[in-house]
Amino acid sequence: MTEAAIELHDVTVRLGGRTILENLNLVIPAGKVTAVMGPSGAGKTTVLRLVTGQIRPDSGEVRVGDTQVEKLDGKALNRFRREIGVLLQNGALFTDLTCFDNVALPLREHTDLPETLIRRLVLLKLQMVGLRGAAELYPRELSGGMNRRVATARAMALDPSIMLFDEPFAGLDPISLGVSLRLIRDINHALGITSIVITHDVDEVSELADQCAIIADRQVVATGTPSELTDSDNPLVRQFMQGLPDGPVPFHYPAQDLADDLLAMEKRR
Amino acid sequence: MTPESPGTRLFDRPLRELGRAFLFLLTAISRMRFTRLQLAETLRQVYFAGVRSLVIIVTCGFFVGLVLTLQTYDTLTRFGAGDAVSTVLALSLFRELGPVLTALLFAGRAGTSITAEIGLMRATEQLDALDLMAIDPMERIVQPRLIAGMIAVPALVLIFNVTAIVGGVFFAVFLMGNDPVTFWSNMQASVELGRDFFGGMVKAVAFGFLAAWLAVWFGWSARPTSEGVALATTQTVIATAITVLILDFVLSAFML
Repeated sequence: MTEAAIELHDVTVRLGGRTILENLNLVIPAGKVTAVMGPSGAGKTTVLRLVTGQIRPDSGEVRVGDTQVEKLDGKALNRFRREIGVLLQNGALFTDLTCFDNVALPLREHTDLPETLIRRLVLLKLQMVGLRGAAELYPRELSGGMNRRVATARAMALDPSIMLFDEPFAGLDPISLGVSLRLIRDINHALGITSIVITHDVDEVSELADQCAIIADRQVVATGTPSELTDSDNPLVRQFMQGLPDGPVPFHYPAQDLADDLLAMEKRR
Repeated sequence: MTPESPGTRLFDRPLRELGRAFLFLLTAISRMRFTRLQLAETLRQVYFAGVRSLVIIVTCGFFVGLVLTLQTYDTLTRFGAGDAVSTVLALSLFRELGPVLTALLFAGRAGTSITAEIGLMRATEQLDALDLMAIDPMERIVQPRLIAGMIAVPALVLIFNVTAIVGGVFFAVFLMGNDPVTFWSNMQASVELGRDFFGGMVKAVAFGFLAAWLAVWFGWSARPTSEGVALATTQTVIATAITVLILDFVLSAFML
């Protein structure tokens, strides 16, 4: 059995008086690509924020390797975060820095490497994402897909053992999407790192992920390989995997009966 | 006052906001670090906040000097005291107008830009990205801008004063034909280096700190939406204008 890289045990998170996750259990195997999927607002990004220590669970524990993340703060949390690379939804590159300086930033902040070595490392990282030629360009001069690739290079700058990708395929054209898919897979296989992809793009996940977990109703409702989930009998999993408009997740926002609503309007007249 | 009384409602939000702004400032100061990267970033911010404000400072300084001399000269000549125009010009500039007007112009030009920049960094997850890279946003974003404000505003005040005096000389000496020797010697005799010049510089440092603090605070606490950033930039200008004028009165009262 594969060793677990990340474990969430009985995690409950409440934000703004709303319960986002309740007694959630999730195991992410080491060295694999795991897709965390679910409808919008289900709490996928909350899982990412728990793993990075941006939020703490109200109860339960989050373990990354031997580290109990919710107990970290200050310098210990910063040391822990150097081991994790995160690609945020829109890349979040610094617009006043060139692509080169964006990727060099974590190296300059956290290492005492001489500038010549930093230059070599940055160019290698940019080469990995196919954008060495864009090193001196600013993020505004690149497409959305290219921005995310530069951001991936920046997230990889300190050679993390875990990579987290938050909605890496959202809003990409088919070519950029294909490039991003291949990049995530290649990075994972070449470096043997653990990758978590937060997404709701079912088709892409089946090409990319070794394992999937679907979050809905504040819990993990299903885990398995993409093909296992596609063949699942669970109505919620089937609705999600097949993109059905109605099912356990209703199409309509809760409201009173349509006829009552229309009659009430007539009466008001 | 009960929790629901109008007085509570009126003061509750501003006081909470003030408390949060102070805590934010204390956090920024307590995490102050002086590294090579910090120094480089601070210099970059001095360039953005200071050097890029030069056009507005020089233009406004020249015309303020011009109109101040025009109005003062017109009044003083009625009493046969036209020669005192350089004294009034220099004292008004060094003690009050230089620091106050520069701070207000700085808030409009650089303060709003700092607020919008940080607000957009929040909206586009750039602050989160720093946090996730184990880089303290306070250290990387807030501190350099706070220090840059304290360096840029005094430098801009000096430039404002110089160009305003040039404006004054242009009107009084070149247009009105006053004796330049009398103009300069009266100015030199009436301005005290300690009280007038350095007093003004103390105000400049204080206003620079205040303007930069408010600019970073409103950017930091802006709602991550386009209207949130727009509101924050407006708040920066209003809050800086009001607090600079209040602080100016307090400092003047202590200095006189």
